[in-house]
Amino acid sequence: MIALVMFLLLMVGKNFGMSANLRTMCTICGADRSSDFFRFDWKAQRWNLVVVLGAIIGGFLGSYYLSTETVVDINPQVVENLSSLGFESAGKAYLPTELFANSVLTDWKSLAVLAIGGLLVGFGARYAGGCTSGHAISGLSDLQVPSLIAVIGFFIGGLVMIHFIFPYIF
Amino acid sequence: MRTIIYFLIGIIFGIRMFKSEAASWFRIYEMFQFKAFHTYGIIGSALVVGVVIVQLIKKFQIKSFYGESIIFHPKARSTPRYLFGGIIFGLGWALAGACPGPMFTLVGARYPSILVVIVFAILGTFIYGLLRKVLPH
Repeated sequence: MIALVMFLLLMVGKNFGMSANLRTMCTICGADRSSDFFRFDWKAQRWNLVVVLGAIIGGFLGSYYLSTETVVDINPQVVENLSSLGFESAGKAYLPTELFANSVLTDWKSLAVLAIGGLLVGFGARYAGGCTSGHAISGLSDLQVPSLIAVIGFFIGGLVMIHFIFPYIF
Repeated sequence: MRTIIYFLIGIIFGIRMFKSEAASWFRIYEMFQFKAFHTYGIIGSALVVGVVIVQLIKKFQIKSFYGESIIFHPKARSTPRYLFGGIIFGLGWALAGACPGPMFTLVGARYPSILVVIVFAILGTFIYGLLRKVLPH
């Protein structure tokens, strides 16, 4: 299915890459006044923003109309492991309520986790020139070495976070 | 007309991200714990099909629906940029449990708190734009 999305975008003359939208959004917010990096014709990227809009609607359709049960059935060992870190919602929800319930909007620690996570994703994606869609799917499908390096980087970062940094945070 | 096509492609993507649970924080955590094949299956199967598609397009010089050539842009060669950028991205991906596609899907799935991640991801992109000249590429 994801390959279908990439294929359809190629067939309409575009490239599959979601994080480029974050740059476009910076420019729309006026970032072109601060750095050359944001001085580009963002209107040429409007098609990608439409894909984002579709992805939002798709999330709504998927969760509201196409799902009766959204609990994610993860490995029981992972449930146990997460419980020991204080994630009681493991195995009982789609997203951990400890990080994503509306009540966390007043909890500084959860907010900090979301904010720092977002910052790293945005910064890293642009530094690496792409994210999971641009590198792991589009780039690797084209057998590009830079994308392989980036994906190896994604995994080093992810593994370090989960195995070495999580115990200090949670 | 083209706008509608992009919109529909986005919808397919959004539904797939939600229903495959690739947008679930738990699945990302589980993936980095190597405790399930689930997410590897999603990325891996997309990749196998993707490689075949790209090779076929190149081999037979398949044209787009509009009759134009399909161009693949080779990424500039570099190691530090992809490695350091990738590591930073990976740290954030594991922490927030969402990458730049699924984070939008989660807005539609009615998780308002994901907006915090999105706003800061935009801010992170902005900070990169400011620091770009002093970073090794």
